This record gives sequence, C-alpha cells and structure tokens, in this order.
Amino acid sequence: MNPKNLPSYLDQSEAVKARFDRINQRETILEVRDLGKRFRSPQGEVEALRGIDFSVRRREFVCVIGPSGCGKSTLIRILAGLESHTSGDVLLDGKPVTGPGQDRGMVFQGYSLFPWLTVKKNVMFGPQLNGRGRDEAERDALLWLDLVGLDKFADAYPHQLSGGMRQRVAIARALVNQPRILLMDEPFGALDAQTRSKMQSHLIDIWKNIDVTVLFITHDLDEAIYLADRILVLKAHPGEVQEVIEVPVPRPRSPGQFNTPEFLATKARLEELIHPAPEPEPEDEQAVQPHLIRMTNVTDNVE
Amino acid sequence: MTSKWLSSVDMDARKRTLLGISSFLLPLLVWCLVSYVPFVWHPKVHVTDPGGVDYFQVDMLVDKAMFADEVANMEREHLAVPVGQSANPIYLPAPDQVAKAFYNGFVNPPTQKDVPSMPASLWHSIQIIFWGFLISSIIGVPLGILSGTYTLMGRLSEPFIEFFRYLPAPAFGALAVAILGIYDGPKIAIIVIGTLFQQVLIIANTSRKLEVTIIEAARTLGTRGFKLLSKVVVPGILPDLYRDQRILLGWAWTYLIVAELIGTSSGITWFITQQARYQHFDNVYAAIMTIGIIGFGSDLLLARAGRRLFPWDRTQDRR
Repeated sequence: MNPKNLPSYLDQSEAVKARFDRINQRETILEVRDLGKRFRSPQGEVEALRGIDFSVRRREFVCVIGPSGCGKSTLIRILAGLESHTSGDVLLDGKPVTGPGQDRGMVFQGYSLFPWLTVKKNVMFGPQLNGRGRDEAERDALLWLDLVGLDKFADAYPHQLSGGMRQRVAIARALVNQPRILLMDEPFGALDAQTRSKMQSHLIDIWKNIDVTVLFITHDLDEAIYLADRILVLKAHPGEVQEVIEVPVPRPRSPGQFNTPEFLATKARLEELIHPAPEPEPEDEQAVQPHLIRMTNVTDNVE
Repeated sequence: MTSKWLSSVDMDARKRTLLGISSFLLPLLVWCLVSYVPFVWHPKVHVTDPGGVDYFQVDMLVDKAMFADEVANMEREHLAVPVGQSANPIYLPAPDQVAKAFYNGFVNPPTQKDVPSMPASLWHSIQIIFWGFLISSIIGVPLGILSGTYTLMGRLSEPFIEFFRYLPAPAFGALAVAILGIYDGPKIAIIVIGTLFQQVLIIANTSRKLEVTIIEAARTLGTRGFKLLSKVVVPGILPDLYRDQRILLGWAWTYLIVAELIGTSSGITWFITQQARYQHFDNVYAAIMTIGIIGFGSDLLLARAGRRLFPWDRTQDRR
C-alpha cells in the first residue's frame, strides 16, 4: 500500500475510541513518575533512563519498544525490583516498589526455568514459597499448566521441552502467583517465527481470560502492534519516552490484521520513530573494517 | 573435518566401551612385551649355574655386559662357563607375578611378622581419606558456596585462601605432628590442608557460574535471603558440585602417601615401604595398583550414582 494513502495512526474508529475510554476509567495499577537511572561505567557516568513517565491501567496491555540501548530492559528490571533507580518513583497500586515481589510476575527472554525441577514443580515453586500447602500448590500448578496447554508435560524436565513450551511454563509459573502485573522482557525473542506468532496469539488468549495487566518489552514492531493497547516508544542515549501510541487496530486481534490500514499506519509511525535518518554508527562498529581478499579463482563468480 | 574430533557425542556405546577397555589393554600389552619377550630390554642375566665364576650364585641377577665378560673370561681360562637367562631388573616384575601377589595379598596372611596385611593397610588408608575428605567438605563446601554467592564473603575469604593453597600441604607435616601427635591426626590434617583450600575456590567458582537469570527469576517469584541459597543456589549447582567433589576426592587420594609418611608410617604406604625393603616389588606393584583400582572404581560408582541422582543434568549426556 502506498504510504500516502494510509490514514493517520491517530485516527481511531468509534469502537476503538470507546475501548480506550473504558480503559482510561479503570484504576491505575502501575505508575512510573519521572523515573531516572544513572550508573557509573568505565567510560564515565551513563544516563540510562531519564524522566520516564507513564501509567498502566488494570488489564491493559502495554508494549515498550525502542532501539537497542534505549534502556527498555533496564526499565523493566527496575519495575521488577531487580535493579534500583536513581530518581523518581515506581508505584504499584500506589505503593512504592522497593524490591522483587510476588505482586509482579516476570518472564525473561533467556532460559529462566529451574532445570532441577519438573515442569509442575517449577510452577509450584511460587505458591509453596508463599506458604501454601503441597496439595494446594499442586492443584494450582496443574490448573495453570492446563491453561497454557502443558498438562501432559507436568512431569517432564525443562530441558526436554522446546523453546516455546519453556516460555509457556515460565508464563504459568509467573501467573500462578496471581501478580498484579505481568512483566515480560522480550519473552519470544529467542523463538522461531512460527512459534513466536503462536505464542503471541496464545498470550492474547490468556490475557483475555485472566485478570492480569501486561507490560511487554519487544524490539519487533509487528509484535508490539499486534499485542498492545498502547505502545511506549523509547529513544536511546538517554532512554526517554518519545511517544505513547494508542494502537488504533480494533480488537479482537488476529494475524489477518497485519495488512489493515490502521496496522500499517501505526507501523509506519513506529518505524519513523525508531529508525529515523541513518545515525552515525557507534564507534566500536566503525572499528570493524573487514579487509576482503579474493580467495577463489577469478573466474569462479557467484554473483 | 572438525566433526571427527567432536563426534564423541554420537559415538555408539559399544565402540566407547571397546575404546575404554583398550586404553587399559594397551599399557598392559607394553608391560607384557617387556616382561615376556626375551629380546625386548631384559638388561640383566638371571644366573642358573655360576660355572667357574667364584662370585656368581644361583638366582643372582647380573648385568648383561658383566655376564658376557665372565663368559669370555671362563672360556679363556677353560673353566666351566656360567649359564643364565635374560631377565629384567628386580624392580620390574612380570604381570603374572603381580597378579599372583595381588591375589595372595588379599587371600593369604603376610609371611613376615612385622608387615601388615594388604587389606588391613588399605582399610586404614581408606579411613584416613574418608575422615580427611569429610572434614574438608564440612568446612569447604559451605564456605565455597557462600563465597561464590555473596560477593562480600568471597572478597573476605578468597584472597587468603588463594595464598594459602600455594603452601604445600606436606610442609605442615612437622607442625601437624607437634599439634596432633604421631598417629592418625596429622595424616588427616595433611589431607584436609591439601584439599580444603582448593575445594573452597573450586566450589566458589562453580557457585558463581549459576545462571543469573535463574536467581533473578527466583527473586521475582518472591524468594529471599536464606531460601534463595537453599532452594535455588544449592539445587542449581548440585550436579556441578557433585562433579567437583569427585575430582577433589581424587585430589585427596594423591595426598595420601605423603600424609601416611608423617608421624608413624601407616596404611598402604607402610605396606609399600616395608615390601620394598624386602624387595617384594610384586607386592609393591599390587598395592599401588589397588590404590588405582579403588580410586578409579569409586569414581565410576559415584559417576553412575550421579546420573541417577541428577536426571536433569544435561552435561552428563555428553560423556
């Protein structure tokens, strides 16, 4: 489609507008106020995040997107309580976040399951830690495994599962604690394209059926538009909020919407924000200069 | 081309067993060649008839050159020529002699009064190893895990341990005797000194290698303080910890001989030195091999137990 024919990403249909009105009436779960993070590095003081301001409503699906080095991982790690911030506030239900806790579930990109526990025991880990009885924890775990479609693999060890299945377990393990918000740090980044799109649809299904709010980090524009109600676009050096986009693509979402005008308009806007006019390459990339010499017969051309 | 060198993963079990057995058979074959083929090495002559040589005796071992000289001498003087067969030096008994000694060592009581029996000596040595390794592990394993998990603890303990591990354990022999007496105390102490410091560093390193994501995941699930250690760090490193312990147990064995020489000689070392004194080198070899068999055998058993204990440990699939 010619970009000139696209509607503005700001145009919302009646249904979408009504939906955002409803979302905005819900209570705020997570509020981030003027969040900043500085740290010392061998190159001097680095400002990873500056003046981050946003809030997430109950059962809202928010994606965070930005170029590499924009601090999106740092942001979610601060929200999870795994890292400290140097200024501003993070409020969950109005209370400041001071460290990791069961009220925030986290799904990591990497392999985070406990390899020594079976799938079921991985999911039981949270409830048992919380002082629930074994039987009760087991019942909960099986329920959640059923929900992510892995009830048949309850007694398998994580290494016996595929990457997609492991992330399903990780989601079940986070949700069994019934967190107020589910933080997801590029959870599907390591999966192949097919598994990834399956997992995206599955995540939407879970989110629709469960009282959970999702904050999802990704660098994949399609993924962000497909999943999110709102997209928080960050820019790098320092990490700042560039724009908060209300995704005009109506729900229920399906992969068929990838070519709708709203979808393409939003994507065009995201691309404009994330890949502006080519920036000078970072120094370490400039230092890499391949010196190509011909190592095949001169007549043996491949192109 | 590289796949040839990395293909141990898909080498089938039969071929692997065959190669494993061959790795033992090859040295044995060399030993047999040297022992049983008369023209391989055999630098000595075993005298069966001294002939006219006045200082030769039956069963004497003399150098080949010397024997040839005497044969020439006797021929020149028209005296009886000495007779003998090529033989190896006394310190290299043939495999069958060692096998016999091995069998005798376990079945028959020793012939000399002041010499301990092989099983009793071995049992004593095993006890020394056991206590030495146990004491070392009781201190070393928790200290290692703590040093590896908590930076503060690691910074506080590791520099000193790093220094101490360069001090050779046997150097503490005299000190250990002065403090702990002449019997088993100092021997156990030497094994502890030899093992402990390596143990702390190795286990600290293993603890540090636990995936950070796993610890972070546990923290986001609400794990804190001691539970992080007991429910996440320890189970997470357990298969590697077990492997470390197996290597360290082998380490402890290598300190055994030195340890047993301290104070009153005891155990298998005492057996070996006594047998060597009587030139029963077949017994010496049998005893040395028994140490090897016990060490290697126990490690094989522990490895097998490890596979049962840690079904999730994938590094074991690659053996």
